[in-house]
Amino acid sequence: MFLIHCPYCNEEREQEEFSPAGEAFIARPEAPEDISDEAWADYVFYRTNHKGDHWEQWVHSNGCRKYFMVERSTITHEILKVAAFGADISE
Amino acid sequence: MQKKYSWYSLLKAGLSGQDWDQAIPLVEPKSKYDVIIIGGGGHGLATAYYLAKECGITNIAVVEKGYIGGGNTARNTTIIRSNYLRDEASSLYEHSMQLWEGISEDLNFNVMFSQRGVYNLGHTLQDMRDIERRVNANMLNGVDAQVVTAKEIKEQIPIINTSQNARYPIMGSSYQPRGGVARHDGVAWGFARAAAMLGVDIIQDCEVIGIEVEEGRVKGVNTTRGDIMADRIGCVSAGHSSVIAKMAGLRLPVESHPLQAFVSEAMKPVLHTVVMSNAVHGYISQSDKGDLVIGAGIDGYSSYAQRGASRIIEHSAAAILEMFPIFSRVRMNRQWGGIVDVCPDACPIISPTKIQGLYFNCGWGTGGFKATPGSGHVFAHTIAQDKQHPLAKPFHLDRFTTGALIDEHGAAGVAH
Repeated sequence: MFLIHCPYCNEEREQEEFSPAGEAFIARPEAPEDISDEAWADYVFYRTNHKGDHWEQWVHSNGCRKYFMVERSTITHEILKVAAFGADISE
Repeated sequence: MQKKYSWYSLLKAGLSGQDWDQAIPLVEPKSKYDVIIIGGGGHGLATAYYLAKECGITNIAVVEKGYIGGGNTARNTTIIRSNYLRDEASSLYEHSMQLWEGISEDLNFNVMFSQRGVYNLGHTLQDMRDIERRVNANMLNGVDAQVVTAKEIKEQIPIINTSQNARYPIMGSSYQPRGGVARHDGVAWGFARAAAMLGVDIIQDCEVIGIEVEEGRVKGVNTTRGDIMADRIGCVSAGHSSVIAKMAGLRLPVESHPLQAFVSEAMKPVLHTVVMSNAVHGYISQSDKGDLVIGAGIDGYSSYAQRGASRIIEHSAAAILEMFPIFSRVRMNRQWGGIVDVCPDACPIISPTKIQGLYFNCGWGTGGFKATPGSGHVFAHTIAQDKQHPLAKPFHLDRFTTGALIDEHGAAGVAH
């Protein structure tokens, strides 16, 4: 259990208000009909499942209901960064 | 090392002050083996055992980063059943069930396999329709299964609450008489000892930190205890499968999640069977020691920390209390989490990879313990013949590309 800062509400709330929404930065292929089955499988099913600091998506489901990105350690659960989509996350 | 456990050896050790030999010898890794199994859990040890016993390969190393019986094998809720809906899954788990039925004699190690029956409860009309469908499918596949009514459940389990006033009233259940439990750490010890007796090296405290691949062929592993070479490597590392895959430059269609369980203080026998409910999400049995063993669900986020959120166990405890109000004053003793690798279709991967000689047995998610002997058996044959065992065929990695997923998720009465 941890606290998550919602970048839209600008408030730190209990994790229970949020729902995890999977790995971040998975882009839907521009032209699905043109890519191989392997590439499509990679997009739909294959995941990095990284052990360490990991960018993922959360949705503030019992709040503003908006999606945003979180960098969280999958080893300690510590949240390192929170960002709205399109925000500069380089530092 | 003790040759064989028997009446005579028990008597002898009893009279000589419990002078037992070490069950699993501590060995140093050699520089080369025919096969390396990464992961000394139940599935990995079973793979090594069946490779040695049935496939004529005994020059095997099982490398384990911790100790035998220290991982998920000894963290699960020990439930064994084979009442899956789909033919592919049902055949695999039933294969395992049949191996369980002879496992203690086969391993010469009492794993305390107890066929005390498993009830999968239904709480809605749709639950009951699904249960009838699954029971029919089970019977067509030769798996023992029955539909039982709430009244019959109450007769068998007097402490269960079948009142219609419950938030989710119990309407009936499926029942598999051959289902049950086994002592999980005993399973790991039994397979480890039996494999060691056949010449397998069980190397504990030895973490794999790299996999050597040359021209598309696997060459060996780098470990915290030196490099070990082998042409064939089976990865059976459960929650850490993606980590091992990454060492070989592969990705897997799995995500790791924490799965929690908890046990109560020990008490006198009160529950003689296994009760599971998918709808309210809780499953419970009473161990031979007397503690209630309760399983919870997974956390939705990916994690490698062996702990989960308290609301998950609160949810399961609430479900258990609704079914068994008598347990409301039971004190809980311990709570823990394990890391499980979950596939999109909740079915395992037993498969070769695009790297020659590298095989994966993973993705068992929340329900791998029941499959331990069967999984090891089919994986051993897959590695030995470089060709999938017929029962393992539907579980190829290719299914995520072809789309031939096995729609077992939620269809099998699974709370795992």
